[in-house]
Amino acid sequence: MAESGVTDGLCNTDDIERSKTEGKELTKEEKQRLRKEKKQQKKNKEKNDEKTSHEGEKKKNKKKKEEQPAGSASQPPAQPSPKAVPAPAPPPPAAAAVPVPASEAPAPADKPAKSKADLKAERRARQEAERASKGKKGDVGQPAPTGKLKAPPSELQPVVKRLPEHVQVDNPEVVKKLAKKLERQQIPLRSDYGYKVSLFSHLHQYSRKAPLTQQLGIPSTVIHPAIVRLGLQYSQGIVAGSNARSVALLHAFQQVIRDYTTPPNEELSRDLVNKLKPYISFLNQCRPLSASMGNAIKYIKKEISNIPSQCKEEEAKIKLLNCIERYINEKIVLAAKAIAKYSIEKISDGDVILVYGCSSLVNHILCEAFEKKRKFRVIVVDSRPRLEGREALRRLVQKGISCTYVLISAVSYILPEVSKVFLGAHALLANGYVMSRVGTSQIALVAKAFNVPVLVCCETYKFCERVQTDSFVSNELDDPDDLIVTRKGKTQLEHWQKVPSLGLLNLVYDVTPPDFVDLVITDLGMIPCTSVPVVLRVKNVDQ
Amino acid sequence: MELQAVLMAAGGGSRMPDLTYNTPKPMLPVGNKPLMWHPLNLLERVGFEEVIVITTKEVQKMMSTDPKMKDVKMKLDVVCIQEDGDMGTADALRHIQQKIKTDVLVVSCDLITDVALHEVVDLFRAHNATLAMLMSKAHDFTETVPGQKGKKKTGEQRDFVGVDQSGKRLLFMANEADLEDGLSIRKSIMRKHPRMHIKTGLVDAHLYCLKKAVVDFLADNKSISSIRGELLPYLVRKQFSKTTNCPKSKDDADDQTQKTADGSTNSTELLICSRDEPLLQLAQERSCWNDHRGDMSEAYHGGKLRCYVHIMDQGLCYRVNTLAAYIEANRLASKLLEEPAVHPSAVISERCQMGPDSIIGAQCQVADKTSIKRSTIGNSTTVKEKVKVTNSIIMHGVTIEEGCNIHGCVICSNAVIGRGADLKYCLVGNGQQIEAEAERTNEVIVGTDQLMEI
Repeated sequence: MAESGVTDGLCNTDDIERSKTEGKELTKEEKQRLRKEKKQQKKNKEKNDEKTSHEGEKKKNKKKKEEQPAGSASQPPAQPSPKAVPAPAPPPPAAAAVPVPASEAPAPADKPAKSKADLKAERRARQEAERASKGKKGDVGQPAPTGKLKAPPSELQPVVKRLPEHVQVDNPEVVKKLAKKLERQQIPLRSDYGYKVSLFSHLHQYSRKAPLTQQLGIPSTVIHPAIVRLGLQYSQGIVAGSNARSVALLHAFQQVIRDYTTPPNEELSRDLVNKLKPYISFLNQCRPLSASMGNAIKYIKKEISNIPSQCKEEEAKIKLLNCIERYINEKIVLAAKAIAKYSIEKISDGDVILVYGCSSLVNHILCEAFEKKRKFRVIVVDSRPRLEGREALRRLVQKGISCTYVLISAVSYILPEVSKVFLGAHALLANGYVMSRVGTSQIALVAKAFNVPVLVCCETYKFCERVQTDSFVSNELDDPDDLIVTRKGKTQLEHWQKVPSLGLLNLVYDVTPPDFVDLVITDLGMIPCTSVPVVLRVKNVDQ
Repeated sequence: MELQAVLMAAGGGSRMPDLTYNTPKPMLPVGNKPLMWHPLNLLERVGFEEVIVITTKEVQKMMSTDPKMKDVKMKLDVVCIQEDGDMGTADALRHIQQKIKTDVLVVSCDLITDVALHEVVDLFRAHNATLAMLMSKAHDFTETVPGQKGKKKTGEQRDFVGVDQSGKRLLFMANEADLEDGLSIRKSIMRKHPRMHIKTGLVDAHLYCLKKAVVDFLADNKSISSIRGELLPYLVRKQFSKTTNCPKSKDDADDQTQKTADGSTNSTELLICSRDEPLLQLAQERSCWNDHRGDMSEAYHGGKLRCYVHIMDQGLCYRVNTLAAYIEANRLASKLLEEPAVHPSAVISERCQMGPDSIIGAQCQVADKTSIKRSTIGNSTTVKEKVKVTNSIIMHGVTIEEGCNIHGCVICSNAVIGRGADLKYCLVGNGQQIEAEAERTNEVIVGTDQLMEI
């Protein structure tokens, strides 16, 4: 059958091309032949699926032979029922393509021989048509009727990943979907605040003065009190910084697990994961989740689902609590120690180290190095509106390290003095880009211009499989009112909302390309920026 | 569960004896609803489902018969205590210590407010505070109070409240009565918070969020009997005391108890300081946030006991514990309630002039040619013809005969005002009868003999 199809196809391509050039609409036969050709190409690739699809086609063939005597009129309505057996939804072109006896005089003669091939081609064409019409939503699974036909389409179609909803805020459908989901989970929707700069209108922008707890009942019953407290602390900035947020999140999850009781007729492994979903949505509404938090959540969910069903509730809970403790200990505390050990090798006496903002890991490294009696001094670079550098400065000076404090506008002035730059990271992306506090890429750029080595310190649990090459696509917009400052009793930006052409932008993160980063110090060792995907791959294999 | 609500409704209303000698304070009508209905309504609106009500047997009886209390959909767990008045609010909390399983929200029955309660509770949650309370800027009462002779006395002792720069952290609290030698502030506080704002014109709304550990502490320390008078200043002082910032481990606690004289109080003091779990500590260490700047200490100066206050500058907040406050609250009650001002079952004739901010209760009968302005008229009251009622509060079951002129008065339940009486700024007690053609100004008319049941 395959060969006949091939030869037929070869003969007919000329016809088809002729008709194409003549501008005529392809007849149904020609369309069929085109599809056959495509099918042949696919067949060359999948030899395994032939056998399985043959069975499907045989079934279809039988049905087809039943259909034919029924007549053309009944064909379209009859389509749904037989098609339902192994087939996808029958769209009109395919239904019409299925032999409408009248128009295809030469076709019936070939019918028995070609039918299997036709069916397959038609099915594929239908799938492609559907996919093209549905656009980017990438419903790869839906057209594939059974597992048998799943492999061929997905291999050929470019796998379109769904865009996360938090970068599609300007798409009203996505917003509606999110609202519905939150309503189902009984979590209030936080509304955006203020005018958003057009380049970033696809991101959420919330106001700190409108906390999510306004819309929650006071003794919060839907959401565990520890999670409400955590959400408040996130949105008010009391818990800030990637490590702190992850630790606080895991602590809150510990409390949730402690207070959890399995409802009757439910399994802990499935029910607890479902319980955590609305909490995670709530925390996401309070402040978008960080990459480290995302990884921690994935780990917890995996641990919960791996609990065997015969495990008793108490044991399961203790096991989970220990898992969390271990995770924090390994990935955060011990990782910090390991990174400090590696970094200290890189710090020599007489060094002038530049740090930016307040990274808990970099502070830890510098304090450890100071304790190990290295002689160095630190330059702390800070930026508005967060002015986190003040906190870093306080911690370093408290230890006894001699520090200088500048604002980021003076970085090119101070860089000739600097011998090394240590930067912390919020996340390391799969293409080697470093996502960190806004301003980091500037520092790395200027340091590169001055030929000063830039070392990024990052634990492996912050490695993220996302790929980003610019800071626009996925970022976080903080409260624009933070930019308002009162000097000498005057607040110039107080009524910024009334000026129609004025928008305040308070970005939180930016991405630094790997060309500006000389070394990444992780708990696995010192790696170049481009080795991040290798680490991710190794991690996945381990898991 | 996150918070348990406790309503303190056992107070005697000692500052308005004329009103409360027959009706206990929690059941005084404000806007035709019992006084304790208002805080219960606030709790219900916010989302509470259960409230523990601490009250006296008398009030409990009245509660069960009052139709308005049946509107309250929450589950009320009524705990009765003796009415002899020796029990302070802290004693009452100690009494129900067994029922308290989590942090408590203590509300007084005389609080009428439209505060967004989440502001207070958010402070309690976000900073893991031991105490969070509500205060409001005091409003001057402009209405003339019946029976007040001479100018308003500034006899009310002022409260001095010290807050930090953000206006949220409570640093200092003392009443004028306790400060005989002047206001002294400890150096340790000044070192930690060099800028302190001391405010005097604030009204304490008596709405407190307390950690469970405080209730346990009260159970052990029987000497504290009033929340507002003793517990609060103690907690505020303890924020900066040396023992609370000291070691958290149990061994040290034992050492300290052996050393000091009253060992029991020391160990319980350490109970209140929220002993943060190690993970929370780690999170706080790694977080780049600090609540103050300018010195070398970490967030909260390492203190475990923290007290916060939310100061309302807009909106209603009244403590109805004096006559003036009672009158003011009635004036504003119409703004608070969502129900129509005129009860549907009231019979009002068409030739009656009624102002928009008057409230008429159920089953009232208002006859022709009457004029009711800026007043509250209770249930089952009869107002006959040609009566002018302005700026007054008329409680339930009152009969006002023809031709009366009532201005700025408070007329308690079941009173009878005779024909043609002219009352200005009077307070007519419960069940009193005013004779016809009486002319009274600025008087308090209460009976000393037996009260009549109508």
